Amino acid sequence: MKKVINQEAAIVDEMIEGFIAAYSNDYKKVPDVKGITYKHSSPDKVGIVIGGGTGHEPLFIGAAGEGLADGVALGNVFAAPTPDTILEVTKSVDQGKGVLYIYGNYAGDVLNFDVASELAEVEDIDTETVQVTDDVVSAEEKEERRGIAGDMFVLKIAGGAAASGLPLSEVKRLTAKANDNLFSIGVGLSPGTSPGKTEPMFELPEDEIEYGLGIHGEKGIRRSKMKPADELTTELLEELQKVAGLQSDEEVAVLINGLGKTTLMELFIVNRKVQQWCEERNINVYDTDVNSYCTTQDMGGFSITFMKLDDELKKYFDVPAASPYYTRANRGESE
Amino acid sequence: MFLHIGEEIINAKDMLGKIDSEIGDGDHGAGMATGAEAFTAKLQEASCHNVNAVFKVTGMEMMKSMGGASGVIFGTMFSGGVKNLPAKETLDTNTLAAIFGESTEAVKKRGKASVGDKTMIDALEPASEALKKAAGEGKGLYDSVADAEEAANQGVEYTKNLEAKFGRAKTLGERALGFQDAGATSVWLIFKSMRVWMEKNE
Repeated sequence: MKKVINQEAAIVDEMIEGFIAAYSNDYKKVPDVKGITYKHSSPDKVGIVIGGGTGHEPLFIGAAGEGLADGVALGNVFAAPTPDTILEVTKSVDQGKGVLYIYGNYAGDVLNFDVASELAEVEDIDTETVQVTDDVVSAEEKEERRGIAGDMFVLKIAGGAAASGLPLSEVKRLTAKANDNLFSIGVGLSPGTSPGKTEPMFELPEDEIEYGLGIHGEKGIRRSKMKPADELTTELLEELQKVAGLQSDEEVAVLINGLGKTTLMELFIVNRKVQQWCEERNINVYDTDVNSYCTTQDMGGFSITFMKLDDELKKYFDVPAASPYYTRANRGESE
Repeated sequence: MFLHIGEEIINAKDMLGKIDSEIGDGDHGAGMATGAEAFTAKLQEASCHNVNAVFKVTGMEMMKSMGGASGVIFGTMFSGGVKNLPAKETLDTNTLAAIFGESTEAVKKRGKASVGDKTMIDALEPASEALKKAAGEGKGLYDSVADAEEAANQGVEYTKNLEAKFGRAKTLGERALGFQDAGATSVWLIFKSMRVWMEKNE
């Protein structure tokens, strides 16, 4: 797989340099570490730090902005950020109100954020943590599941709550509630290639797909031959519904997330079926987002995410947000 | 001695990566090599006055440079054992046993893994036990490290019969059987490097 890079060892630093060069009006690099911060965070708010391995762009580098994260801690390609990276970003965004950490539940991220949180305590910065656990096929127990595209919705609630001026304990409670209401399932169509490597990240025959395949190639639930979009989408929705248990009249936000290679055109075709499925079951779709927020290089496939909403979550979901890669416009009072 | 460990880890980059790619994501070799390059550079420029400083610098550099789970775990393995240790000018069996005894506890507490979870603990805990036993028997440093290397090696073999409880191999279940754990292999490699260095420099 051809990749436009210089040297493998320089990928993360050069990506950050290019990002800052593009958006220096709004973002700056945290000195000496692989981290960035948003320049215009409103004063006296709880800081939000999100982080994870590089290679999933626009997550995580594109996740900071108005009503979103204040800082981003980046690791090497597909590896968690180091404790000192997280700590330096934490110090940069702390305004004396504490900092909330948000990351997908992977062993490396948990370990590094836990160490960073202890280091922050020594610096007198309060931190709280919400691990995103939305991938329903990755484990039976909710808290053991991996985090995938649902990161974006959890961040949206956290950012909205922090922008509303709530204290750390409340921002944490709402963010954890968003995660409790979050259910995703993915399907892999073809493997991606890690930059600098010659072999794809995993093997998948050309004519086969894997249900529930993780974003780093973690084993899913079953393989089958490729199918038409409607059939594939329906099967995924049925697996997702086993765990999500959506009821008639329940309200949800929907995210159709592409994994990198799957096109927006295809994602819309998926979404068409998702909306039909919801309508047939009387599930109210409050809002839909069709985009590629959490990718794995040139991996083919997509995921479907539902976040169940109540009035409280809707309030923070509707707080306007903006980054170069995520926008939520003000819906206004008239709606 | 630590510079030799660094060299061996860097040389083993592809071997460790290959072991990891069977059931993990294949980045363990590259990660360990990054850590080894960082601590090698730091040890060469910094003047470490005692045993404690060497262990601490090695661990801190690994934690700072590697990221991922391995950075914290191997960083803790080196730096976690000297936290409460009185300053030592020379390394003897008692000191090494005390360092690895403490660091094994620190790693277990940090990673929440125990023997049988198919992690580096399956090599580290028996190696640490072997050092303790050797210290009790009054063995010299070389023989003690050789015992630890052998115990770690048996630990690596043991991981082949286990299903993974942590990391990306966790979702594989029985598919992980027959493959050794990459982290455990690194533990073995570290003790082996220590022994080989002592052999050459005695």
